[in-house]
Order: sequence, then structure tokens, then C-alpha cells
Amino acid sequence: MAQQQETVLAFRELTRRFGGVVALNKFDMELTNGQILGLIGPNGSGKTTSFNVLTGIYEANGGSIEFLGQDITSWPAQKVYEAGVARTFQRSRLCLELSIFDNIMIGNHKRLDQGLLFNIFKRKALREQIRENHEEARKLLKIFDPALADKMFDPVGSLRMIDRRRIEICRALISHPRLLLLDEPSAGMTHEETRELMDDILEVREMIDGLSIILVEHEMGMIERVTDKCIVLNFGQKICEGAYRDVASDKLVQEAYLGGE
Amino acid sequence: MTQSFKDKAVIVLLAAAAAAFTITFIAIEEQAEIFALILFAAALVFAGAKFGFTRSIAQSLSRNERLMNVAVIAATLVVIFWFREDHFPLLMIATVMLYVIACCGLNMQFGYTGVVNFAGAAFFGVGCYTAAVLGDTSIPLLLVIILGGVIAAIVGSVLIIPVLRTRGHYAAVVTIAFGLLFRTFLEVNDTLGGPQGLGVSGMNLFGWDFNNNIEITENIELSFYLNYVILALVMVILTFVLMRRIERSWIGLNFDAVRLDETAAACFGINIKRWKIVAFTLGNFLAGTAGALYAMMLGFIAPSNFAFSDSLILVSIVLLGGMGSLWGTILAAGLVVLLPEKLQVIQEYRFLIYAVVMILILLFRPQGILPRGLRAYIPGWRG
Ligand SMILES: Nc1ncnc2c1ncn2[C@@H]1O[C@H](COP(=O)(O)OP(=O)(O)OP(=O)(O)O)[C@@H](O)[C@H]1O
Ligand SMILES: [Mg+2]
Repeated sequence: MAQQQETVLAFRELTRRFGGVVALNKFDMELTNGQILGLIGPNGSGKTTSFNVLTGIYEANGGSIEFLGQDITSWPAQKVYEAGVARTFQRSRLCLELSIFDNIMIGNHKRLDQGLLFNIFKRKALREQIRENHEEARKLLKIFDPALADKMFDPVGSLRMIDRRRIEICRALISHPRLLLLDEPSAGMTHEETRELMDDILEVREMIDGLSIILVEHEMGMIERVTDKCIVLNFGQKICEGAYRDVASDKLVQEAYLGGE
Repeated sequence: MTQSFKDKAVIVLLAAAAAAFTITFIAIEEQAEIFALILFAAALVFAGAKFGFTRSIAQSLSRNERLMNVAVIAATLVVIFWFREDHFPLLMIATVMLYVIACCGLNMQFGYTGVVNFAGAAFFGVGCYTAAVLGDTSIPLLLVIILGGVIAAIVGSVLIIPVLRTRGHYAAVVTIAFGLLFRTFLEVNDTLGGPQGLGVSGMNLFGWDFNNNIEITENIELSFYLNYVILALVMVILTFVLMRRIERSWIGLNFDAVRLDETAAACFGINIKRWKIVAFTLGNFLAGTAGALYAMMLGFIAPSNFAFSDSLILVSIVLLGGMGSLWGTILAAGLVVLLPEKLQVIQEYRFLIYAVVMILILLFRPQGILPRGLRAYIPGWRG
């Protein structure tokens, strides 16, 4: 790992306001190849907003974002995805009336042939592509839950919350991103389920070369176990950065969490 | 009996029953008999749903898609040839078919992609007027039908920017305004015949004149509408192939993703604008081709054929049949076009009844009478 100190992602004074609320305030951050970063902070501190600005859902009001050496600050969401950033959403955003396979393939968009003529006329090649991608999606899903892999053509709406979260993570991973953004993946899960989920994610990380992860999580056990470093946000500002152990014992951090409003 | 044999028997029997029902329904005139037939059909449907027949039939159908397609086409041909000498029934059947094509266009737009279009009749109308204007030129008439679609798609492109910029109610208002403008434009435009409209020359295919009755022997003369019905059937089949291929491809998936969650779709690289434009353009193309043949078949068109209420009828067919459901569209188009022709009561209170039915459907069965199923990329294949 020693030589892989390439910077994957960097925020420089990243700022985003909503009316009078400063959701992100001059946020500086750097993430290197293969690193897992924990992003923590009280409710409303700007964690989700940083994902939304990074993935192009919201524009930044100031500062810049650099991804793999390119300035992507004002890129649209589609281009950010093409460049290798994939995410999950805090409030699950799957298409409930579509099948598991459909949902995972939405995440695979850049690796599928999207030409109009190809899709309408090259039916044989298309079928081949469908079969190959089905096999790949199955393999990926199997890591998370073998039972799910046998239900690829069931509607996602019929599944439990925890299975939906797994599918959302598969949708993000199927395209082999360089950077995975996980927004509270364990919400609503038990301790045991959370542990399993994180083990599965770590297993997949071994398969994808140089995958970095940013993890937003309230479950501190999980943060402690998997992250290489942590950043604490409060009112959109970074108040602390370092290994979990150091961050957790930091005075400012304890105040932010315990000191209430 | 093996399952596959049972499936096949079910399909053949069902197609035969459907053909017999349609023939009876179109043939009888007595109002009381028609009512009785409708009640009988409704009772069958309810009983089927209650005792679970519907589900097992649906499974038989989905396991044998190819046979089902063939059976439906065969049943349609039986109905058509049953009425081979009667103008009016054939005209109605052809009208249903052309409505099916136009509604497939709407299905592409808001059934698949969520792009609302309350100006369906206007795009159908562009096709009609294209046929009226180009029908007398030396352009082959088959090509005129395609041009009807192309010009409808081009006219639709003036709506693309507002359709992309607005959502939900606003987009609905924009398309409604366009539909009204289109009709007003036709009414004041003298070169297009003004309020009186235009005559349209009939279809002529390689010297075969569609507007002549087909004399087989001295005693047998087939209605000239048979020509139109057959061409319409071919167009319906082609439209279905296109709709199916799109639905069962990555494009259909993109359409669904755009309809269901634009933000998530954008985060996975799906170009929202591109797919809305593709769906809108293809949909208008289909409506335009249907309109072109419709105009040739009627021989005469006027702006009053393309009122807002006609657009609403197209939309209600899609909602009634089930958004994105092709078989549902056929069933709903049949009901919406034929019922008012058969039942005078409905004729008078036509729009009142539509409104009530629409509200009931939206409240109690928003997925429509024959809901669209999950995408089966390859029929019969589940990994
Ligand atoms: N679309 C929006 N419009 C207006 N204000 C917003 C919007 N999105 C976020 N905010 C505000 O920005 C601030 C940061 O919100 P954000 O969702 O990033 O917090 P968070 O750290 O993810 O919190 P949580 O732990 O509750 O998920 C909050 O004050 C929130 O109200
Ligand atoms: Mg959040």
C-alpha cells in the first residue's frame, strides 16, 4: 500500500449554501487510493450535502472538487458517474416497481451499449450482453446474499429494507467505480446485519482495484472497525480529522455530539 | 396432459373465445342484447379473478408468448374476414387499430418515460394533414404514411424545450396549449382548408386502389375497408415489434429509470434529456403514421377531428389499459372506440361516462385493467 499514495479526491474550500443555511463551509478534504474515509457529524452537519455536491446533484457555491486529477466542480451528475463515482442514498432510491436485475443494471449504465439502433436491431448481440451482465450481477449479489441472487426478476418493492440496501450497494458497485459513496448504509439494521454488510463491502473492495470509499455512518462501531481515517463535520465545517481513536477523544467532537444544538 | 400442452390449449381456446365474443359484440344491434353481452363478459372477468383462473391463464400466456402472438393475429384475421363484406364493422375495426398505434406512441411517452402529452390528437392530426397534402403528389403513398410520422415528429420538436423544462402539471398545460393552438391554426389556415377541412385521396399500393371494393365473383364483393384493415393490422404488428424491442432493451430500462427517479437516473449516467427526446419523438412518429392512414381511409378530414377531447380519449385509453401495457392498450382502445358506437346511451353521455370511469380507475385500479408486467428481457428466460 505504501506506494499507492495517489490522491483520488480532493475538496478545496468547498462551500454550499441553502438560503441562509451554510450546509458546507470551506470544506477541505483529501482521499487517497484505496482509502476508507469515515464522514461523521451530528444531524444536519452537511454529510449528505457533501455527497450531493460531489455527485453533481447540487452545484457548489464556492471552492473546487478534484477527482483523479481533473477539476469536476461543475460537472453534471452523469459525467461524474462516468468518471467513476457511484453512490447510495440515505433514503433508499431504488425503482420499486422494477426487478432486482433492472435496478442493478441502472447502475451499470456506462458499461452497456446504449445505441438506439443496436438495441432495436442487434437483438442477438443484445441478448448476449444481457446474459453476460446478468451473470455478473448475480455473482456480485451472491456475495451479499445468495438467496437474493436467485430472485433476480422479482420486483424490488417486494423485498425487505435490508435487502433493498444490499441491492442499492450492488447497483453502485456493478460499474467498478473508483470511488464509492455510502450514505448511512446500515440505517435500520441490527448490529449483526451491519457487521455482515460491512464485511461484504470489504470483500468486494478486494475485487475492485483501488476502490476508495467514503462512509457516512452513525454507527460508531462500524466506523471504528473499517475506516482508515475520519472527518467530523459540524454546521458544515470540518472540526476534526484523523484516526477514529484520536477523533473520538477530541474535545470539540465530544462537544459537537453532546453539547446539543 | 403435460403443462405445455395445457398451455397451448388454453391459448387457442382463449383466442377462439375472444374472436367469437368480438364478432358477436360487433354484429348484434339490439341494445338489450348488447347490455346482456357486456354483463356476461364482466361476470366472466370477475369470476375468473375471484377463482384464480385469471392468474393461471396469465401464466400460460407468458410461458408461450410466440404462440399467443400468433393466436391473437389469427383471431383478428377471423374477425376481419367474418365481416369481409360489411363496411361499418371493418371501419370500426380499422379505427380501433389506428387508435392502438397512436396510443402506443403515448405509451412510449408517458407509459414508459413519464413525459406527459395531452396533444396526442394534434400529432395524429399532423399525420392526417400530411396525407391530405402529400396524397395528391407523386410520392408513393406508403412513403406518405411514414412521412406523416416524420412530420409529426418534427412538429413535436417545437415542444421539446418546454417539455424538457417543465414537469408534471406544467408539462400537461404546455401540451394542452399546443393542442389548442394546432386546432386554431388549422381553422384559420385557408391553404389547409380552414374549418371545412380537406379531402384526402385513398391509399394506393403499387396500383392496387384501396377505395374499390374487391370483386371476387359476381356474388361476392368484399368491402374496400378490408384493404385498410389489413394494412392497419400490418402497421399494428410493426408497432408492437418496435414497442417490445424497445421495452426489452437497455433503452426501455433507461425510459423506466427516467420516469421513476430522475435524480437517481442522473447519478448513474442516464441522460434524462436524451431519453425524453427519443421517447417523445418516437411517440409522435407513431401517432403521425396512424393519422396518415386514418385520413386516407376516411377520405376527408377537418380540424374538428382533433379537439382536446380527442387527445383526452387517447390518454384515457392508455390509463384504462394500464400505463405501458400493450395488451391493455388493445383492450382499452377496443372498449373506448366500440362501446359508444354500440350503445346509444353511452353515445349521448360519452364524456360524462369517460370522466367517471377514469376517476374510478385512477382511484381503485391505477395500474389499469391489464397492468404491465415486469420486464422480461428474453421471453421465458429467468437467468
Ligand atoms: N435541498 C435542500 N434545501 C434546503 N436545505 C437543505 C437541502 N439539503 C440540505 N439542506 C440543509 O443543509 C444542512 C445539511 O444537511 P445534510 O442533509 O447535508 O445533513 P446530514 O449531515 O446529512 O444530516 P443527517 O445526519 O440528518 O443525514 C441542513 O441544515 C439541511 O437542512
Ligand atoms: Mg444525511
